[in-house]
Amino acid sequence: MTEPDVAIIGVGLHPFGRYPGKSAMEMGEDAVYEALTDAGVKWEDIQALYAGSMEVKNPEGIVGLLGQTGVPGRAVFTGCATGATSLAMAANAIRLGDADIAIAIGLDKHPRGAFSDDPSVSGLPLWYGQAGLFLTTHFFGMKINRYMHDHGITSATLAKVAAKAFRNGAKTHHAWRRKPLSEDEILHAQVLNYPLTQYMYCGPNEGAAAAVLVRADRARQYTDTPVYIRASTLRSRREGAFELLSPSFGLDIVPGPTVEASKEAYEQAGLGPEDVDLAQLQDTDAGSEVIHMAENGLCAHGEQGKLLAEGATEITGRIPVNTDGGLLANGEPVGASGLRQVYELVNQLRGRAGDRQVTNPRVGYAQLYGAPGTAAVTILSR
Amino acid sequence: MQQVPLAEGLFSWPPEPGKQPALIGGKASNGKIFFPYRRRAVIDGVREDLEKIELPRRGALWTFTSQHFRPTAPPYAGDDDARSFQPFTVGYVELPGALHVEARLTEPDPAKLTIGQPMELVIEPFGVDSDGNQTMIYAFAPVAEEQ
Repeated sequence: MTEPDVAIIGVGLHPFGRYPGKSAMEMGEDAVYEALTDAGVKWEDIQALYAGSMEVKNPEGIVGLLGQTGVPGRAVFTGCATGATSLAMAANAIRLGDADIAIAIGLDKHPRGAFSDDPSVSGLPLWYGQAGLFLTTHFFGMKINRYMHDHGITSATLAKVAAKAFRNGAKTHHAWRRKPLSEDEILHAQVLNYPLTQYMYCGPNEGAAAAVLVRADRARQYTDTPVYIRASTLRSRREGAFELLSPSFGLDIVPGPTVEASKEAYEQAGLGPEDVDLAQLQDTDAGSEVIHMAENGLCAHGEQGKLLAEGATEITGRIPVNTDGGLLANGEPVGASGLRQVYELVNQLRGRAGDRQVTNPRVGYAQLYGAPGTAAVTILSR
Repeated sequence: MQQVPLAEGLFSWPPEPGKQPALIGGKASNGKIFFPYRRRAVIDGVREDLEKIELPRRGALWTFTSQHFRPTAPPYAGDDDARSFQPFTVGYVELPGALHVEARLTEPDPAKLTIGQPMELVIEPFGVDSDGNQTMIYAFAPVAEEQ
C-alpha cells in the first residue's frame, strides 16, 4: 500500500430523516459536535473548514453556531458527489500544509417530492423542462432498463437490492426507512419510472455528517484507531458517455465517470477490488447499486444476479455493500450523503458498527454519482 | 389555434410541402453531429460553425422509461393538470449515422415497448402557450407494421 498522509480521527452524523423546525445548519452543528467529541478536539482547534450543501448557499456560515474563530471556511458543491469533495478538499488543505486539523461537513434539508427546478440551473434550455424531460429519475429508469437488456439482470435482482437496503436500515438506528419490506412488496409497488418501483428509489430528505482529519503522522496522538485516506478521486462525464440530463449522446459510447474515478482510485491507493472488504455504492435507486457493483470493479457485468441471489453483498457476505442501508434506507440530503458513507466505513473499520459489524474489515470503498454526470471515489483503510 | 413549435429550431416547422418534418441537428467538419442544433462547437481545439442538417427520421429504440406522476409545473407545460395527467414514456432513439436522441414516445405503456424496435419521428400537439397557441413537440412512434 502507498504511504497515507491524511487520517480521519473522528466522525459524526445527524440522523437522516425529516425534522420540521430544525434547520440544516442545526443538524450540521450536531454532526460536528459528535465528530469533534469522537476526535477529542475542540472547535477552536479546527484550522480549515469545507462544507457542502445543495439547499444552503453558505454552509460554511455554520461557524455562527459553532464559534466564529476566523477559521478559513469554504463551501464546495459537486452535486451528489459533494460529500467526497468536502473530504478531499479538507485532506488537500492538510497536504498543502494549510492546516494540521481540518473538518469536512455536509448538510441539507430538501423539500418533499422529487428534485425539481428550472432547467437553466443545469445549463439546459427551458423547452427541455417544459416537455417533462428535466427529471433525473428518467435517467435511472433508462440506464437500468438498457443494462438489464445488455446483461440479463432481472427485476427480481432489483428487488433483492432494495430488500437488503431496508433490512440493513432496520439495523441502523440513524437510518430513515427502517421497516423491512419483502421482495414481493417491492416488486409490486407503484412503478415510478419503469422498471423501478417506488421502493426501489431513494428519497430526498434532511441530515448532516462531518469528519475531522489530521496529518497521518500525528493521528495516533488523538486515537488508537485512525482511518487513513488511501485515495480520493473525482471524474466528470466524457464526450460519448450516457449520463444524466442529455438531450442526445453520440453513437460511440464510452464508459461513465464512475469507471474512470474507480480505476484512478485503485491506482492511487495501490489496491485492487480484491482488497475491498466493504463498499458504499451510490444507490440512488436499486438499479444504480447493481450497475455500480460492476463499474467499481467489484464484479463483472451481468454477475450481479448471481451475487445478489447468493447473498454476496449482505453484511455477512463476501463483499458487503451499503451495510447501513445506503441511500435507499437513509434518504438523500445531497450535501451530506458522501460523509454518511464515510461515517459508516469509519465505524466499520474501527469495529463500532454493532450488529451491522462486518468481520475484521481493513479496506473500505465509497463511490458517489450524480448530476451533471460526476463520480467520486474514496478509499479508506485501517 | 395557431400551431407553434415548443421551441424554435428543434425541428422543421411548418414542414415544406411534400416533405416530412425532421429534427434539426448540427454537423461539424469532422462529421460529429449535435442535437439540438447549435451555432458553434469546439472541434479538436478549434471553434467552428456547424452546418444545419436534418436528422434521420427513423431509428431503433435504445432504451426507455415511464413517468407516472405529473412533473412539477413550472417548468412542465403539458396540456393537462394533476387530475387529467396520463403517464407518459420517454426514451432514446438511435438515429443511424447520427446520434442517440432523447424524446417523448407516443406509446404510453412501457409494457408495449421493446428495446430495439423501429421508431419514427412524429410532431404532435403538446400544450398551450401564454399567447393561446398550440405548442407542438417532437416524439417517436412505433413504426406501423407493413400490411
